[in-house]
Amino acid sequence: MSVSASHSRADALDPAVRRRQAASLGMWLFLATEVLLFGGLFGTYAVYRHLFPEAFALASGHLDELLGGINTAVLLVSSYTMALGVAAAEEDRRSLSRWLMLATVLLGALFLGIKGYEYHHKAVEHLVPGPGFSFEPAGTEGVEMFFLLYFVMTGLHALHVIIGMSAVAVAAVRFRRRKCDALTVEITGLYWHLVDIVWVFLFPLLYLV
Amino acid sequence: MAETTTTNSRSTVSRTTYLLTGVALLALLGLTVLAAEWKLGTWSVVIALAIAGTKALLILVFFMHLKVSDGLVRLAAATGFVWLAILIGLTLADYASRG
Repeated sequence: MSVSASHSRADALDPAVRRRQAASLGMWLFLATEVLLFGGLFGTYAVYRHLFPEAFALASGHLDELLGGINTAVLLVSSYTMALGVAAAEEDRRSLSRWLMLATVLLGALFLGIKGYEYHHKAVEHLVPGPGFSFEPAGTEGVEMFFLLYFVMTGLHALHVIIGMSAVAVAAVRFRRRKCDALTVEITGLYWHLVDIVWVFLFPLLYLV
Repeated sequence: MAETTTTNSRSTVSRTTYLLTGVALLALLGLTVLAAEWKLGTWSVVIALAIAGTKALLILVFFMHLKVSDGLVRLAAATGFVWLAILIGLTLADYASRG
């Protein structure tokens, strides 16, 4: 792996450049642990889908493809507004950056609202795993496991959306008030984008079996 | 806190690139929904994962600035995905080869 040509000796000694590299590296290492956290669940999903392909297809049919698709679009657009917020921050356009980040937070809230509506429907249809679970045709092995994975995976993801929204909102306000710099905004953005990437895989694997 | 944004900011991803990335992501979302209707059996999941992988790559390279990051950061970014590929690859190899 060659060292990028843009890094001269002077660059390597510049505290601002070093600070930037350290912050990016630290965040990416943390994100690698997040990938493996969700990865364990994706691995479990892979095994059970391999064991019960028909049950997974049957159960997946009970998820609302349209709402899942809309939610995917909402998160993709929120990643776009976040990227623009980071770009504005790097140009020191603090007010614009704040508004773009707040738009990102609102889109996150819209995502959670739609997700909550879906959860409510699953509860009404007795599709929440546990004593109250019922599914027709009864006795299809693997169906309840699909819904268990659905709730655990989307639930853990929703928790990440909530944490991401909080982090982006705090960065938006602090950046506007000059309590932090553009680097903080960029690092916060990385987290938001990763949460989007996780959903990009969850959508086809859960809704489009 | 007064930063010298000239030395600090190294991001060179343009607004046009962000826009094109966003449009491509939404187009790929449309494609994955369409592809799910084709009922291609085993190939459905392969196509769905290929599209999702492409979307993830677009986000990583452009939105997350790996395009303009140095080698060390790119390496750190790759580690999580590489270990995940080993985890899932070896697990499925086990299940797929059982009698």
